[in-house]
Formats: sequence, structure tokens, C-alpha cells
Amino acid sequence: MNIINIEHISKVYHLGIEEVHALRDISLRIDKNEYLAIMGPSGSGKSTLMNMLGCLDTPTSGIYDFNGQSVSTMSDNELAKIRNKEIGFVFQTFNLLPRSDALHNVELPLVYAGLPYAERRERAKQTLIDVGLGDRIHHKPNELSGGQRQRVAIARALVSNPSIILADEPTGNLDSKIGEEIMQLFEEIHSKGNTIILVTHEEYIAEHAARIIRLKDGLVEKDEIGSRGNIQKPKVATE
Amino acid sequence: MRNIVFEFKEGLLIAFRALRANKIRSALTMLGIFIGITVVVLMSTAIKGIDNSFQKGISALGSDVLYISKWQWFSNDDWWTMRNRKNIDMAEFEKFKNLAKLPLAIAPTTNSRRTVKYKDRRVESVFLNGSTSEYVKTTNFTFEHGRFYSDIESNSSRHVAIIGSEIAKSLFPRGDAMDKTIKIGGVNFKIIGVLSEQGSVILGPFNPDNQVFIPIGTIFKNFESRHGRTITINVRAINPGMVAETKDEAEGIMRKVRGLRHNEVNDFSINQQEALMDQYNSVVGVIQIAGLFITGLSLFVGAIGIMNIMFVSVRERTREIGIRKAIGAKRRTILIQFLLESSTICLIGGTIGLLAAVILSMVVNQFIPTSVQVDVVIIALVVSLMTGVLAGIAPAYMAAKLDPVEALRYE
Repeated sequence: MNIINIEHISKVYHLGIEEVHALRDISLRIDKNEYLAIMGPSGSGKSTLMNMLGCLDTPTSGIYDFNGQSVSTMSDNELAKIRNKEIGFVFQTFNLLPRSDALHNVELPLVYAGLPYAERRERAKQTLIDVGLGDRIHHKPNELSGGQRQRVAIARALVSNPSIILADEPTGNLDSKIGEEIMQLFEEIHSKGNTIILVTHEEYIAEHAARIIRLKDGLVEKDEIGSRGNIQKPKVATE
Repeated sequence: MRNIVFEFKEGLLIAFRALRANKIRSALTMLGIFIGITVVVLMSTAIKGIDNSFQKGISALGSDVLYISKWQWFSNDDWWTMRNRKNIDMAEFEKFKNLAKLPLAIAPTTNSRRTVKYKDRRVESVFLNGSTSEYVKTTNFTFEHGRFYSDIESNSSRHVAIIGSEIAKSLFPRGDAMDKTIKIGGVNFKIIGVLSEQGSVILGPFNPDNQVFIPIGTIFKNFESRHGRTITINVRAINPGMVAETKDEAEGIMRKVRGLRHNEVNDFSINQQEALMDQYNSVVGVIQIAGLFITGLSLFVGAIGIMNIMFVSVRERTREIGIRKAIGAKRRTILIQFLLESSTICLIGGTIGLLAAVILSMVVNQFIPTSVQVDVVIIALVVSLMTGVLAGIAPAYMAAKLDPVEALRYE
């Protein structure tokens, strides 16, 4: 069952009179419970692709289906709804609300989903416990270490049970030991049946994934099975 | 619908969180609205106070009383034309009185100004009203003590006086004015009546509270020459519905008394409280509008302050908006959040401003009888809420339409 089905999408930005082809022609299928890494040097289009996959942006041309829904033609509000229900974001810079405690940060997607107070508090709390922050739920981001902040961000991504977790350089701002712990956490999450898409330019981070997609100049250069691919047996996307 | 209610509730929580996080800034922004609302409320309350006392004063004149006079009130006509009119004298009054059938009461009045003394107390330049016993029927006077002078007393020009409540207070602080003999312009008068409070401070010397009432004959005998002095004939209609007819009759009779031909214009004027009211309304209307406009400006400045802060706040929180959008906030959600934030600032500022205005109006009340009315309270709160919404709408819209990708990249 494909969660994501992308066919021949492109994205063109207009910078003044200049046209920038961030994505030229990309086709991609992502299955449920895949663990996928998107790699590429800066300027290769991986951020654009990630924004596209995360429904933060829509393609200039091409088809993007998410769980059978056509994202390419969605309105802003529909995109917001998809992001809220189907996608969990983890960012390099954590992107937590600085003045809110961990619990409120994690609870926020459920607020926008319209869940009643008691229920969302309970779920947010449970998710924080799941990522190992049960004793930090009322700490604000500036009272937490980098690794802890990223755990809060991961809890926020998980709390609404999304179809995919989209992580953009999740270890980029962490030292390697803490980074490794975060990657362990992603493995755990993956082993519980979640779909994870990792965007990174670090080879050893991408190594965690079962499938690695290498981008170059807005095109897919390689779509390969990672070193752990044999364990996960991913289906290679047809192009 | 439930969604909107939910979003309002959540938006309100978020707004409070944001206001608490920036206490000083929130307080300073509120100050702008606070000052605006305070002055606007105070101004409208003061205007209302003045208005009320004037209305009260004017109604003391009676809406059903006509004043036949050489002079027209508040007229734009040439002053010289009126000055050259013939004076109305007592003989004309007598003729008028004999011919008029409709009025409830008819009384000639003239006046003078003299110092009134009792022992070592004195009031300078008191407005003396001279008339006949029927005068009291042209007014709605109520008496604290005693009575008005009688027919016999006025016909025989007895030295009797009725004093207004303010005069009584000044000369007889202990309230024992009755039957005392006072000196008016050096002449002895016996007090036979004291009025209870009638009018208002606004009317000044025309306020009956500041007047002394004596028979018209005593004015001519002691203070003013009968010749070269014009009198006013006060005519009261039987009821307010009869004012127009009474006026028509009065005009006809006066023309007859004056022997005017049909092609000659009136050489007298029939005045009404209405004219005073019109004049008042035109003057006070302008003052009201100007006053509210000027104080409204300060509210406007406060609103600009809010708008400014909200723009800064949106820019400062661009990343936060990006995060919120990334995890599922719709445009509407962001719009509501920022609108609620600016409205909350304004509503809190406005409420504090209103409280300050209520307290200050109690101080003002010492000078002008006034109080903050419920309608003003409601209007003030609605205005502050509207200010918040209007000042917040542009920044909130800017926040709502931010592109999440751009916003997340914002440093």
C-alpha cells in the first residue's frame, strides 16, 4: 500500500526574472512502514522535496497523491489539515515554541485537530513518556538540553499518529553521541510500524535507513537499498 | 459552529499566553487604549452632564411660555432695527391682557441689578425680577418657605421679596430667611418667600436660584425709570398643545395694540424656549462633535500603537507562525489568534480606562453634576473591542497569509 505516490513533479521558483528549477522531474513511491533517507548536496532540491512531501508546498506540475488524496490540487486549508493529521515534522532546529512548556508544545497538533482539553493533555503526556521525557513535561525548551528538545519535537510529531514522520536533519544540531541516541529513538519508532522519511546530507545518518534516495540537480540520481535494506525489504519505486 | 467556538477558546488561551510572555510591552500598548478610552468616556460624560443641567435649566423656563419682547432672542437680524423698535410699556401690557383670551397667565416683567444685603452678608449684582402676582403662574416655581406676592401686594408695590435658593444660602446660611428684612440697593424689603432649588448652574444669572422677585412697581419706583425701559410680557399657554394658537392670538393682539397695518412688519418679537434650545443645540452640538473628535484622536493614536505592536509581534513571531502552520494551523486559526490578541489588549486597556473614567467622573461631579451611564459603559467596551479588531486586522491578515516554508526559514 503506497502512502505517497509522486509522478513527474517539478517545482519552479521565480527569483525576479530568473527561473530556478528546484525539482525537475521526480517520481517516487513510498510504502507504509518504510524507513527512507533522502540525500543530496545543498542545492540538489532535497529541501524542496521535503517541503513538498510535507505538504508545506505544492508542485508546479506533476501528481502528488497522499493516501489516495490528490495533494497537488489542495487548498491551503486542506493542506493544513493533511499536515495536522498525516504528517509529523521533526526539524534540525527543533522549532519548538520557546515560551511554552514541553507538554503544550506536544499538545499543539491536537489543539489544531480540535481535541478536547483532557484528552489531548493525556495523549501529549503519554507521548512524552514514550520518548523518555516523563520527568520533563513542564520544562520550557530553554530548560532542556538539545537532545531533550529534539525528543520533545519527536513527541510532537508522533502525538497525532501521523502516516509519516518527516525529519529534516534531525541530528544536525546535536553532537554525535546525542545524535546517535535520537537515531535509536527513530529506529524504535520505525519498529512500531511508523513510516519515516529522513532528509540528511550525512552518510552515517542515512545508513540507518533501509532505502536511500540520492538527489542531484533536482533529479533522482540513485534510489538504492541501504545497508540495512536487507532486513527491511523495501519495495523499490518504479520510475 | 462548534469549531469556531473551540478556535476562539483556544485562540484566547494562546493570546493570554502571548500577553503574559511580553508583560511590559502588553502593558505599554494597553496604556494607549487606556488613555484613549478614559478621555473619551470622561468627555462624553462631561458633555452629558452639561447637557442634562442645561435641559433642566431650560425646562425651568417652561416650553409653554411665550416671551413678547422688543428683542428677538438669538436673532441674526440687524441689532439697530430692533433697537429702534418702540419699547413695550405697561399700558400696552394692560391692553394686551384685556384682549387675550387663550393664555393661562400673563405677566409683565422687567429687571434690574442691585446688591442685596442682610446685616454683614451681601450678594453683588443680583438679578431683580419685577412682575405681577400672575408671574408665578407663568413658572413652575416650588417654594421652600412662604409664598409669592399677592395681587394686592403687587398692585400697591409693597416692599416684599421672594428670594432664590442660592441667594437664600448666601444671605441666610442657617435657613432662617423668612420674614427677615433685607436691603436691596439700599431699600428695605421683607422676605415673604424662599424658592426651593429650581434651575441649574448653566443658566447663570437667568437661573431663578440666583434671582430676587419683587413687584414690578417697586422696580420702577426705586431702581429703574418707567420711561425708556421696555418690559417683556410673559404669556403662558393653557397646555403645551395650545402654544401655537396662543402665539397666533398674541401676535394678532400685539399688532392691534401697536396699530400695525397689514403690510407692516411686527415691531416686536415673540420668543420661545425653543429658540434658546435651538441656539444651545447648535452651539453645544459643535462643541460635542469637536470634543469627541479631539478625544477620539487619542483613541486613534492608541489604535495605531496597537497596530504597530501587532506588526512587530507578527514579524517577531514569524517562525512561530511557521511552526504552527506546519503542524496544522489553518489561516483562519492564525487570523483568529492575532485578532484575539489585539482585541484582548484593547478590551483590558479599555476596561481599566473605563474604571479610571468612573473614578475621575466622581471628581468632576463636584463641579458638573455627572455620572457615567450604562450606555456609555457599553459603548466604551464595544469601541475598545472594535479598536482591537480594526487595529489587529491588517497584522493578523499578514500573519495568516504567511507561507509556512518562508516562515520556517525566517531567522
